[in-house]
Amino acid sequence: MPEEIREDFVIETPESVATTEAGMHTLASPGAGLGLSGSDTYGLTGEAKGQFRIVVGRFAHQRLAMVGLSIFLILAIGAVLVGHLWQFNYTDITNNLNDPPSWTNPFGTNSIGNDMFAQVMAGVVKDIEIALTVAAIAVLIGVTIGAVAGFYRGWVDSLLMRFVDLVLVVPILAILILLSSKLAKQSSNWLGLAVIIGLLSWTYVARLVRADFLSLRERDFVEASRALGATNRRIIVKHMVPNAIGPIIVNATLTVALSIILESTLSYLGLGVQPPNISLGLLVFQGQDSATTEWWLFVFPVVFLIILILSIFLIGDGLREAFDPKKSRVRA
Amino acid sequence: MPEHVLQIERLEVDFPTKDGVVHAVRGVDLFLEPGQVLGIVGESGSGKSVTALATMGLLPKGAQVRGAIRFDDTDLLTLKEKQLTNVRGTGIAMIFQDPMTALNPVYTIGWQISEAILAHQDMSKDAARDRAIELLAKVGIPNPAERIDNYPHEFSGGMRQRAVIAIGMANDPTVILADEPTTALDVTVQAQVLTSLRTAMDETGAALLLITHDLGVIAGLADRVLVMYAGRAVEIGTAEDVFYRPSMPYTLGLLGSLPRLDGDGSARLRQIPGAPPSMLGDRTGCPFAPRCPLATDLCRETEPDLTVVPSVTSDTGDHRAACHYAEAVGRGDHGQVFSDGVVDNVIV
Repeated sequence: MPEEIREDFVIETPESVATTEAGMHTLASPGAGLGLSGSDTYGLTGEAKGQFRIVVGRFAHQRLAMVGLSIFLILAIGAVLVGHLWQFNYTDITNNLNDPPSWTNPFGTNSIGNDMFAQVMAGVVKDIEIALTVAAIAVLIGVTIGAVAGFYRGWVDSLLMRFVDLVLVVPILAILILLSSKLAKQSSNWLGLAVIIGLLSWTYVARLVRADFLSLRERDFVEASRALGATNRRIIVKHMVPNAIGPIIVNATLTVALSIILESTLSYLGLGVQPPNISLGLLVFQGQDSATTEWWLFVFPVVFLIILILSIFLIGDGLREAFDPKKSRVRA
Repeated sequence: MPEHVLQIERLEVDFPTKDGVVHAVRGVDLFLEPGQVLGIVGESGSGKSVTALATMGLLPKGAQVRGAIRFDDTDLLTLKEKQLTNVRGTGIAMIFQDPMTALNPVYTIGWQISEAILAHQDMSKDAARDRAIELLAKVGIPNPAERIDNYPHEFSGGMRQRAVIAIGMANDPTVILADEPTTALDVTVQAQVLTSLRTAMDETGAALLLITHDLGVIAGLADRVLVMYAGRAVEIGTAEDVFYRPSMPYTLGLLGSLPRLDGDGSARLRQIPGAPPSMLGDRTGCPFAPRCPLATDLCRETEPDLTVVPSVTSDTGDHRAACHYAEAVGRGDHGQVFSDGVVDNVIV
């Protein structure tokens, strides 16, 4: 049996969980995880605490991450509600042209009389829709390819990783410029855009999952489940992926933020979301000419874009901290 | 039921490395009778674990395996990976050394036992859960109905190993391979784990192949003992034979290096001088010769075969040792060959 340095993913004893939950970030006593305290000591503490609950607990104790999550939720839910309840729809055209912010139009109106508040909120919704689609596609492809490459190693790994390199060097702008003429003709072009961004941005997830799998596959429990007659597929899907869930979730969050940035960049260049659809990037693009005169056309989309991206990055940072096994690892 | 549930014949395992071929196992024969415990002892690198992994088909890809491993009328070495999957868990189950790492940290104990059951049996999740609780109770976990929802980190080391044993017996295997099941544990919980292993055997009727370097564990549990050195079996026989009539100097040395409770406590522990030979490349002569105080030119030139030596109990021919001077060693002619004073005399 090859000796290896064992790094348990999350080893938490009930004591250390309790201290973290009480908000005191103290390390558990070194002996707590060694199980020296007899077989029944914990038997009466009852309730099980899974990795999920531990992570949620640690996340909840990070102020910045919670601020990020709150802002994101308020923004997302608020934007959806505004779309349904606000007096103007983002496509409504009013007689107020280029009005500065007022009580009727808190964010002003643009040159054809659209209410900017409705427009910005619709942009937020669309951006989140696009970002979630991108993240879902990227995670699905990335986890599959990364897991297979890391698990089987050898020529499978080489082949898949060269494919990853290939996708990495594909210039996303060039692809979109090529496809934009076709995309522009469809009213659901935002979905096509999301799929294309998703198809090109799974590579980081794949490399991360592969790296994780390379170390996971050497762990004893993987061999143990093989010794129990589990098939490779079962081992990968049921035993290994859940162990890599931390980096996957963190990376998915960052993919969400990055795809909003990418979408905005593309829309700003006129290659992304096309009218009548709306997105924050598109609003920035439309508002930039009048940034010095009708400032509200430019400032509000930019501010909301920044708030949205920042809040997601804060969530991602918090998740990374919460999943970090080094934060509370007790030597097993 | 066949006489032997598992029979390993002339098993050889080579690992090609860039420095040459490592001969990890060099022709091991052994058999396992139903319900019997065969203990394999030997120091690190003697090929114990490789033998077990070869049986499970879990050796790394580069390994070259020859010989035959007969289980259930088939040679496991000829099976495809897919067919092996059906044998693992149901036919032969394996219990690993370190319960800290052999359990998946992100799942509850109950999930992992159920998973083992559901991998082979068509059963509802509730039924699997009931079975898991039953298994936990059998291996001596208190409050199994509550503890089943615990995660591995909420179990102590001994409880984890018992949970691992519960997983091992989940599908009523015919053979259980335990690879140093107590090595990673506190001495105080070893006895509990061994009891659980015994329970697992009684419940499933399985035979146990117990790999360890702890002679105390062997003495307590094993019916027969196989002593391995440098990839070969150097002595095999009933526990009585090996413990009371060791016929190979290495066995003698192993037994002699145990601390004794009946001494005055001031004596130094005896040791076998030197280190096991490198398994790289070919060599001539008895692999133990460089460390053996009895070694002669004959030992350095020809490697002795396993030959039948007298047994303590009966003359079934079951007791074999690989030593040119097995009979003399077995008679006790050389006494404590490794005791401090005598070593000098013998060598000179």
